[in-house]
Amino acid sequence: MASRNTLTMLSASGFGKMLARRAFSTSRAVAAKQMTVRDALNQAIDEEMERDERVFILGEEVAQYDGAYKVTRGLWKKYGDKRVIDTPISEMGFTGLAAGAAMAGLRPICEFMTFNFAMQSIDQIINSAGKTFYMSAGRVNVPIVFRGPNGAASGVAAQHSQCFGAWYAHCPGLKVLSPYSSEDHKGLLKTAIRDPDPVVCLENEILYGTAFPMSDEALEKDFLIPIGKAKIEKPGKHITITAHSKAVETALEGAKLLAGEGIEAEVINLRSLRPLDMESITKSVAKTNHLLSVEQGWPTCGIGAEILARLMESEIFYHLDQPAVRLTGADIPMPYTKSLEAAAIPRPEDVVDAVKRLLKVK
Amino acid sequence: MALNKSISLLFRIRKHLRNKNQLCTRFSSSQPNFPGAKTSWTEKLQFTDSSSYSPIPVYRVLDRRGNVLHPAEDPKLPDDVMLKMYKDMILLNVMDKILYESQRQGRISFYMTSYGEEAIHIGSAAALKLEDLVYGQYRECGVLLHRGYTLQEFVDQCYGNVGDMGKGKQMPVHYGSKKLNFITISSPLATQMPQAVGSAYALKGSGTIVICYFGDGSASEGDAHAAFNFSATLECPVIFFCRNNGYAISTPVLEQYRGDGIATVYKATQLAREYSIKENKPVLIEALTYRVGDHSTSDDSSAYRSPEEVLEWTNDYPTKKFRFYLETKGLWNEQKEKELLTVSRKEVLTAFNAGEKKLKPKWSELYTDVYKFLPPHIKKQQQEMAVHLQKYKQHYPLNSFSS
Repeated sequence: MASRNTLTMLSASGFGKMLARRAFSTSRAVAAKQMTVRDALNQAIDEEMERDERVFILGEEVAQYDGAYKVTRGLWKKYGDKRVIDTPISEMGFTGLAAGAAMAGLRPICEFMTFNFAMQSIDQIINSAGKTFYMSAGRVNVPIVFRGPNGAASGVAAQHSQCFGAWYAHCPGLKVLSPYSSEDHKGLLKTAIRDPDPVVCLENEILYGTAFPMSDEALEKDFLIPIGKAKIEKPGKHITITAHSKAVETALEGAKLLAGEGIEAEVINLRSLRPLDMESITKSVAKTNHLLSVEQGWPTCGIGAEILARLMESEIFYHLDQPAVRLTGADIPMPYTKSLEAAAIPRPEDVVDAVKRLLKVK
Repeated sequence: MALNKSISLLFRIRKHLRNKNQLCTRFSSSQPNFPGAKTSWTEKLQFTDSSSYSPIPVYRVLDRRGNVLHPAEDPKLPDDVMLKMYKDMILLNVMDKILYESQRQGRISFYMTSYGEEAIHIGSAAALKLEDLVYGQYRECGVLLHRGYTLQEFVDQCYGNVGDMGKGKQMPVHYGSKKLNFITISSPLATQMPQAVGSAYALKGSGTIVICYFGDGSASEGDAHAAFNFSATLECPVIFFCRNNGYAISTPVLEQYRGDGIATVYKATQLAREYSIKENKPVLIEALTYRVGDHSTSDDSSAYRSPEEVLEWTNDYPTKKFRFYLETKGLWNEQKEKELLTVSRKEVLTAFNAGEKKLKPKWSELYTDVYKFLPPHIKKQQQEMAVHLQKYKQHYPLNSFSS
């Protein structure tokens, strides 16, 4: 019974070893050019604005202040008031404005200071942007990108620290992306901007300042990553670990610890939450016969819940040697206390613990 | 609401406080110099309420008998234009009666009539250009009618049959027409308001405007305030057309005025359009009206207003006023009225009967238009349904669907 349940963090392991969590792994390949996620996003927006006159960005403080997280740095100076628009503090207002602009032929990028505030405008996102194409029987499409930081941040407690991946992934009509690396962010955002449908791009505040290697290809102006395709970040043969956004980092760090003990985990970076790349997941599980899903969001109706359910409904279920397991954020609003906050989302050692329990290794 | 915002506000206040000398000059000057307002000082503390100033007067062109009150205000429209306007008002009425009844008989699931508000639809539609984009709320089918949406298209949409351009994907009266520049109706109230501003922003400088209709009830939604704010700050050519019928479904507003009429609406919309294009500015028109019919088929207005009140307004009907006006010009008479009613009724019934007989759109349309390109997982659902229907076809009313 227990193995089928979610391993929520506060119950599984103790609080003692949580301090190391904030330290990033710095052992990535240094051969390629390094670029922060923030700069990758900035480059993607800049290139697409240059490429297509219809693309413009709007949001709170995106213009003169360069964006609350400086993602739009320099764009207002380059493109001016017409295409980089500071909005009043009214999420439902500017989201509706963006939807209307898209219906009339523009390609807005709608920045939310954080996706927590996008809840104010969720009707515009789901009921208007997400359904107008269907309700107009294919005559009015809404090419729009909703983007901004999502998920657990640091020290901002219950109302500013939560993942909306499952919320948006629930809704037909929307496409939902949750990138991890700088390449992911650049390639996926560019594809999203060119897409004919509304796309929700869930970024992560803590990742903004993280530098990742960028291949020469990724620095090109036509670097696009297809929506709906996952990426195998690290190949392995013993267990498949799926994750999205910052949890990919947790999964990779956990996999590194496991490698030291002779367990080779295959880490899949989902990249898209809707559509979900089940093909990559099932292929991997057919090889490893084990699955652990890792996410920072809540367990109920979460991304992990969806992956496990789909696996169970498919033939690939018979390839599993053990029941698949979800590793998720604790099922509580995010605590403010630093030590508890760290313990409320999966850590690398929790990944190790979950994998070992799943593989029945001591 | 944003944490960062309140912090930056704090900084701003502190910055102001630092410069005390400047602060002193500001408050000792003859006029207050706050960044948010241009006003005067007062030493008298008092509440300001609706009785503190006189309300905006209601503009009118015709009196109750259809006479022009001020010759300079007569819109002086060509005869054929006026006759089309009048005929559309009557046709709208007749269509409403028949489709309302069809809902009551269980033939369609929902309907909304426009009784009493015909002048608003037709008067404003006539003053606009077809290129102007319309965002309706839901009670604006007269605008569509005047733009050329056919009776058959109305009926087909309400029935969601194979003739419906919307492929039966929306509930009745949620019309939309790309050809007629009319955005598909969205049920949640007031969402069309910021969207209209967004479209106006996109159309800025093109010589066309956006008109956004909404009811007085919608004005309470937060979207309305955001829309007004944006339209002004982004200088968008948009007309906000408020249909103030005095009731937000069942909640009455405090004050009511009389004086609507088609000539008034035409003149006001025409002027608003000119101004909006020339100045790149939003205009708000508040059309004071009376919804003679129920809010929708889900409503029974006798629960919140008296039959006498409704009767009184029925006698002050805008169509009547316009008819008097046309009669004084020698363009209309009792005979023509009778003929028009008979013809309109016949036309609506023809469309109605044809619409009722039409098949439903192909069932597989259920899966289209979720995304621009059919994704594999939706295609899979479509195929599964095809296999299922093939196997169990005898259990489904497949012959009522188009193939």
